[in-house]
Amino acid sequence: MNLNIVVLAKQVPDTRNVGPDAMTAEGTVNRSALPAIFNPEDLNALEQALRLKDRFPNTHITVLTMGPDRASEVIREAMYRGADQGFLLTDRAFAGADTLATSYALAQAIRFLQPDVNLILGGRQAIDGDTAQVGPQVAEKLGMNQITYSEEIIEFLPDAPQPVITVKRHIDGGVEIVQSPLPCLLTVNGSAAPCRPKNVKRLFRYKKYEVPRICCADIQADLQQCGMAGSPTKVKAVENIVFRAKESRTITGSDEDIRALIKELKQSKTI
Amino acid sequence: MKYYTDEIRFEMTSNPLMERIAQLKERDYADDGCYDEAPRDFADAMENYHLALELVDSVTEETIAPNAESVDLEGPHCEQGRVRYATKTYENLKAMTQAGLDGVTMPRRYGGLNLPIIVNTAANEMVSAADASFENVWSLQDCIETLYCFGSEDQRQRFIPRVCAGETMSMDLTEPDAGSDLQSVMLRATYDEEADCWRLNGSKRFITNGDSDIHLVLARSEAGTRDGRGLSMFIYDKRDGGVDVRRIENKLGIHGSPTCELVFRNARAELCGDRKMGLIKYVMSLMNGARLGIAAQSVGLSQASYTEAVSYARERKQFGRPIIEFPAVAEMISTIRAKLDAGRALLYQTARYVDMYKSLEDISRERKLTSEERQEMKQYSRLADAFTPLAKGMNSEFANQNAYDCVQIHGGSGFMQEYPCQRIYRDARITSIYEGTTQLQTVAAIRYITNGFYQNVIQEMLSQQVAESLLSQQERIRQMEENLSALVANVRDTENQELLDLSARHLYEMTAYVVMSLLLLRNAQLAPDMFGQSFEVFLTYAESECQKHATFLSHISPDNLRNYRV
Repeated sequence: MNLNIVVLAKQVPDTRNVGPDAMTAEGTVNRSALPAIFNPEDLNALEQALRLKDRFPNTHITVLTMGPDRASEVIREAMYRGADQGFLLTDRAFAGADTLATSYALAQAIRFLQPDVNLILGGRQAIDGDTAQVGPQVAEKLGMNQITYSEEIIEFLPDAPQPVITVKRHIDGGVEIVQSPLPCLLTVNGSAAPCRPKNVKRLFRYKKYEVPRICCADIQADLQQCGMAGSPTKVKAVENIVFRAKESRTITGSDEDIRALIKELKQSKTI
Repeated sequence: MKYYTDEIRFEMTSNPLMERIAQLKERDYADDGCYDEAPRDFADAMENYHLALELVDSVTEETIAPNAESVDLEGPHCEQGRVRYATKTYENLKAMTQAGLDGVTMPRRYGGLNLPIIVNTAANEMVSAADASFENVWSLQDCIETLYCFGSEDQRQRFIPRVCAGETMSMDLTEPDAGSDLQSVMLRATYDEEADCWRLNGSKRFITNGDSDIHLVLARSEAGTRDGRGLSMFIYDKRDGGVDVRRIENKLGIHGSPTCELVFRNARAELCGDRKMGLIKYVMSLMNGARLGIAAQSVGLSQASYTEAVSYARERKQFGRPIIEFPAVAEMISTIRAKLDAGRALLYQTARYVDMYKSLEDISRERKLTSEERQEMKQYSRLADAFTPLAKGMNSEFANQNAYDCVQIHGGSGFMQEYPCQRIYRDARITSIYEGTTQLQTVAAIRYITNGFYQNVIQEMLSQQVAESLLSQQERIRQMEENLSALVANVRDTENQELLDLSARHLYEMTAYVVMSLLLLRNAQLAPDMFGQSFEVFLTYAESECQKHATFLSHISPDNLRNYRV
């Protein structure tokens, strides 16, 4: 049978490798010092989709992202790794979206582009906003079940009389096995299997792939629910807080440095 | 990029021959339009080469490098006649296959990537810098090159797509009594009339990756013969069964690479190419390819030594200062770097020559070459033949020297199983032994020394214009060459074979030092910031080494050869 999977992905600044030049003097993010990357947990989500495609070769994987032009790199990267197609939601009207407006746009796009979707996958959260809200909100808007913190798809029966998916969830202090009817939305944890590498032939093939762009009108989005207008979250101010120790020293991992530190901490009765 | 370094990138892009290499490999970009992934012109091809190597870089950094220690500690095991790799070796193989990095040089019509050998060489170097043992398992796929060259179309169609899909290979050559001397191979091949196939019986020893999916086997097809002319090449398909692993060797290094003793019991096999040409033609081709592979592996190990040495020497403090600030340590590191840069220049020059001649040779199987092309093929075939033993011998010796210095820089910690340097040191040791010892590389190179071939190449390189700032250095190289030529003439004039054999290694090294100095001179001219310093260091090192060899040779004569007989 033909399976339709949608993977939600986001291009994010690489906040994992923050150096001293990560913020500008004005307190904004220095984008040039933080390379734009594929949100790590979205890659875990993509891998889950690709594993299903390995098992069910008639699977069609669509990757969806919202962002400026350069975010199309995320779509290409997903295609290098095995996705079949992708769309970039890009429109001035989408700008300044909070999680509510973002999930509205994504849900609307899925309705228009992949109405017969069997499974939607996304990362648990993005490393820039860390909200973990977009996936669940998309599921709500589409009226489908959601399984968050997914780690592994244990069973996937899309052609059963009542199609179901069984998933292992990573929860505090353990795991939980849950089952849901399809279609369903999964948000995938970073502890799930890492994504497979890019494939060299696909790299050669899609390096100049023009990612189709989708604007508000294409998906008949209600402008009142998009971008700034559709975002109840208002950012009052952004402040750059740098934690500063008045006096700091760098201690290496060498035995002598560690010994000296322990001695000092003992003397000052800290330990 | 950690593994696809600026220096490798420089080697990919800086040489004008690259355009011709891509054009020949791509048959004037004839695949454009037939395959989505085929390049349309030179710029597009170069973009693909970089993309492929960037991908090798990320697979190496994300998977192979972090797995290296575990692979080394666990190693493979022999279970009921089969090899079970170290757990992480399977992970590495899977990542390579998912990345599509299999059958790298094979034509697209068999599922390959149709990349030039120089790109494959860079990939080998990079993988080796992370784990030389895994490079063996993966790069033995390059044996497919021999099957492609000499197998029938039917064999190509059956075997090449399997390798492009990730199946592994091995070359089953050596036996207990046939190591360097492959003429003595005794594994028996007999024709089974009933089953209409060949049957192999006997044993093989020291077979790297001996439980691979597809084997190329050297066997005696002509009963009653005792020399190389009775040997043929066979393809053994593991799916047919009949070959078991008797044991896996416990080795000093490259633990992740299973070295097997194989037992052939009536194993079904098919002939590859013509009978009796096994050793004379096919194994020679196989070995030349493998030698380039070991040269790349050696450069990768030298790079690893350099990286580890610098990183440790910067961190490690003694007497209140990082040890890299002490001249005695810094000199060792500068010398590692100089040998690395010079050896790498030699490696890629060789790879370019091999690419040129291999592509032309391949085209000659498709159509008649023009007389210019025939001339070109002949020229590059000789250059490849002459440069391969230099690249393999010198880089494998450098890999050992560099790993030794790297351990030395680590001091006591280097002797403990704590840092990667001890693994690099153990892994490097085999490079100057397998695929022909350095002594045999010397044998392969000596005729090009005595017949003046290298001398002509050197003269041509010396005639290149250099910047004014490099004129005095060029003059120093010219002086080295003159001393070398005089010594070669002296030895040749004695017409004493024993004297020549004894002098060979010395003349070989001197030749290699002159060639590498010239290659690095060119690099320093093109990219002074990258190579200026290492060129100066190398030139002084090369001069000192040549002086040492010259002094030795000046004391050798037919009268005192007996001192060296034992």
